[in-house]
Amino acid sequence: MAQLQTSAAPHVHSGDSVQKNMLLVILALLPAFAVSIVAFGWGALITTAISIITCVLAEWCISKFMLKQQPSLFDLSAVLTGLLLAMNLPSNLPWWMTILGAVFAIGIGKMVFGGIGQNVFNPALVGRVFLLISFPAAMTTWPVAKGFATRYLDAETAATPLSYMKHAVLEHRQFELDSLKDSFMSCVPDHIMGGSMGEISALALLIGGLFLICMRVISWHIPVAILGSIAVFTGILSACGIGSGPMTHLLTGGVMLGALFMATDYVTSPMTAWGKIIFGIGIGLIVVVIRTWGSYPEGMSFAILIMNSCVPLLNRIAPKRFGEIAKK
Amino acid sequence: MMLSLTCITIVAGAALAGVNMLTEATIAAQKEAQKQAAISAVLPAHARIADAEQTDGMTIYRAYDADEQFVGAAVQTETNGFGGKIKLMVGFDADNKIVNYAVLEQTETPGLGTHIVEWFKNEDKPTQNILGRKADGKMTVSKDGGDVDAITAATISSRAFLAAVNAAYAALHGHDAYTGASKQLPAPEAVEAEDAEILSEEQAEGAEAVEADANPNVSPE
Amino acid sequence: MNNSTKTLLNGIFKENPTFALVLGMCPTLATTTSAVNGMSMGLATMFVLVCSNVVISLLKNLIPDKVRIPAFIVVIATFVTIVEMLMKAYTPAIYDVLGLFIPLIVVNCIVLGRAEAFAAKNSVGMSALDGIGMGLGFTLSLTVIGIIRELLGTGACFGLNIYPDNYGMLLFVLAPGAFIVLGLLMGLFQKYVKK
Repeated sequence: MAQLQTSAAPHVHSGDSVQKNMLLVILALLPAFAVSIVAFGWGALITTAISIITCVLAEWCISKFMLKQQPSLFDLSAVLTGLLLAMNLPSNLPWWMTILGAVFAIGIGKMVFGGIGQNVFNPALVGRVFLLISFPAAMTTWPVAKGFATRYLDAETAATPLSYMKHAVLEHRQFELDSLKDSFMSCVPDHIMGGSMGEISALALLIGGLFLICMRVISWHIPVAILGSIAVFTGILSACGIGSGPMTHLLTGGVMLGALFMATDYVTSPMTAWGKIIFGIGIGLIVVVIRTWGSYPEGMSFAILIMNSCVPLLNRIAPKRFGEIAKK
Repeated sequence: MMLSLTCITIVAGAALAGVNMLTEATIAAQKEAQKQAAISAVLPAHARIADAEQTDGMTIYRAYDADEQFVGAAVQTETNGFGGKIKLMVGFDADNKIVNYAVLEQTETPGLGTHIVEWFKNEDKPTQNILGRKADGKMTVSKDGGDVDAITAATISSRAFLAAVNAAYAALHGHDAYTGASKQLPAPEAVEAEDAEILSEEQAEGAEAVEADANPNVSPE
Repeated sequence: MNNSTKTLLNGIFKENPTFALVLGMCPTLATTTSAVNGMSMGLATMFVLVCSNVVISLLKNLIPDKVRIPAFIVVIATFVTIVEMLMKAYTPAIYDVLGLFIPLIVVNCIVLGRAEAFAAKNSVGMSALDGIGMGLGFTLSLTVIGIIRELLGTGACFGLNIYPDNYGMLLFVLAPGAFIVLGLLMGLFQKYVKK
């Protein structure tokens, strides 16, 4: 275990700036978190609290007792992981599932690789995918927020627009949101779609994302590449009569949350500008493929995790190849 | 060099031939028993199963009792589910009640669609159980106005499953003339008549009332 | 510790096929969805290992060097086919689950590896012991992986329910769970057993 920590990866920040950046990301998530509380009430608060507390405790215990190193709690990274994980969960998830997911996120997603800065995959997404595969029914059964757009949604198990899109593809139909306002402006309970806590308001997430870009916490490359490639790919597909149009894809599911907050994680995204753009396009392509032809209705977490595993290669190849082409 | 390899190969071949002779009969018996078990599991008590009939990509096994009376049929059917083909064996008795079913092949999402294997035969939950129900070729999930509860978070797999059961019923009745089974579906009028019959027979169960609402919307052919 | 005990234990600890040599990963990952499946796969492989080790050790002076690999493969394939036929005839339920992976024992690196590295150079008795040791090592590893995956995934152990299965984490029954459990066990093995 000791060897794993000796080589400091070049993209690790000094302690101070990690803490500051984490704090800014947490701040940027607050509007979306507020919307989820308005929509789902106590469930959202409880799930988020359990997730954050478990992540922090798990990180502390593992560093203290298994890695035998000074626990690094004050960089807030475990808090952010817990918050991001909670944003990816339905607010009515049983508490023990949230705990299992948080432990898995920190344990398998982060600490087995040696802790902060060493992990290959985004820990919050590792936790989410673990829960999604392990408890698919609980993870895809969303509570009905008060005053749902009942047009799409069954009263008992609120299906998301995504599952309707999927069904439409299977039957060779196309599905579009009846009103884009439903997803974009959903600060009012009347307009909230079904989904995980952080998926219900694209607008709140965009505000947070723009704040991060303005504060130079994240660069624009990854979000723009992801959103742009999804728009282009779904545009082409829907023009061919397969699947829904770009706006429906962009504003539903985990696309906004993933593009702005998950894919932009420093540790698990490429360092160079071109690397980031290829990374984003890869995510966009995989999301569209999974949403259209895969057996899951949503593919954002899988897409980010798959591209996470390509990051070491992107860091090596991308700048060289594109530099040569540019010189011609 | 050639000699030794040849010798080894000959000995190996002889050994395999020997083991094959010993196990051949048992393997054949096991295979037959497995197929019979799958068919028998979904059929009511019977004495003889007729040879398989092929129709529209489905296979029908009709069963008769000791007096050569038709007691029911097992239909092997398939449909496209959420993740690929679902292959089913569905058994009906002479009154078209569903006796049992067995999922032979499926590639649904693990933990969601895969529940089709046991979901629809849960005797403790009458709203999701289809065993003992009278098949009418148009069972639907409650979301679509029917009276069968779909699997939580796997409505598409549930729809596909019921579609396969309905197709099995249709296949069985397309060839009804061969067997002289009591119920026939030759023309739209007959369908209407049968619906009325189902209602009068099972009105007491209450659940059929939902179906009565749903049925007028479904065109019979 | 005398030589034969050493040979026997070698396969279980120092050169454990799964956790130390990392051979035969395909059946390890694919068949360990439950304790019984993992153990059956291990036992089938062990039978082939012991038989092929003994026969190859017997024939080692008769087989010319140039054709030794084809000769080994013929011997191994023969025993694998025998196992396949026997399983089809007497344990059809397990055969249905393991299916494809039984014929694939032929290309399992452990079997050919032990034939080449051990049986072709040692006496019949020692080769048999090596086959038993390696086979036990493989069977134990697969059974342990199978127990953990079954317990975490379905709440059962050898089919006996320990806790209600709706608390089971499905991930561990599926392929990613196989990789995670294998990786963690390999790490623990390297840290505590091999040293």
